[in-house]
Amino acid sequence: MMTSVLFYLFAAVLIFSAIMAVSVRNPVYAVLFLVLAFFNASGLFLMMGAEFLALILLIVYVGAVAVLFLFVVMMLDVSYTSARQQLRRYMPVGAAIVFALTAQLVLVAGTWIVNPAAVKAVETPVETVENTRALGRVLFTDFGYPFQVSGLVLLVAMIGAIVLTMRDRKDSKRQKAGRQVDVQVSDVVEVMHVSSNRGVEL
Amino acid sequence: MTVGLSHFLIVAAILFAVGVAGILFNRRNVIVVLMAIEIILLAVNINFVAFSVYQHNLIGQAFTFMVLTVAAAEAAVGLAILVVYFRNRGDIEIERANLMRDGA
Repeated sequence: MMTSVLFYLFAAVLIFSAIMAVSVRNPVYAVLFLVLAFFNASGLFLMMGAEFLALILLIVYVGAVAVLFLFVVMMLDVSYTSARQQLRRYMPVGAAIVFALTAQLVLVAGTWIVNPAAVKAVETPVETVENTRALGRVLFTDFGYPFQVSGLVLLVAMIGAIVLTMRDRKDSKRQKAGRQVDVQVSDVVEVMHVSSNRGVEL
Repeated sequence: MTVGLSHFLIVAAILFAVGVAGILFNRRNVIVVLMAIEIILLAVNINFVAFSVYQHNLIGQAFTFMVLTVAAAEAAVGLAILVVYFRNRGDIEIERANLMRDGA
């Protein structure tokens, strides 16, 4: 009973906040609704027993991605008061597509029956350890290479983001290797003849 | 009434449709499109975790891990492209993103 109540609560708020996130005019509100959606999805994960992924979802999405979105929304001075009359043109086709998609997906998901034999075939031995430890065992053994590659993907994304947004400023001081190598001794060192008690004339 | 696999699948399906609707109906700025993509990926993640839990197989959760990684990378690169685009054009409205259209 309690489980059902929790499920419907999380699911309702999740779908509501997702709809709000894609439909409110102010992008800052949209990001905040996105955060709410992620919190509720995390609750659903917890209900299913995937507690490690639930917490990772909070850390990665709420902690990193949503904050990144907020930064960009606030950094770009976007005027969100633009006209919405363009919407009318796409409304019928878009509504038809979305309706058909929803109907198909819900029909498939609602009538889905898993063959018990198929479940037996893929079932791994009953876990006696908690979810995090079990996931770690899978991730660091069978999925070792994909795990490394996902690290590489993050590295490439980081370098790509830095390269894309780096501004080439005229007044920035850069090291010029060619000029450094070209320097002759006569350019930088001068031998002065200093007579006693006279000092040097520059 | 107990909560089963199909409940989670239906929630994920509705969430997916909401994300697609966000992309189709959005004519204002690209940031909301990126957020709709995040919602779609979240729906896919819910599907993966639901199947993984109800079939007692952890591979689905391992795959969700990869999806999370790719989603984070995609958000970072997409927002970087968006910042550069805004620097060049001064706005990020989708309707005006037609530089490469013939005779526009």
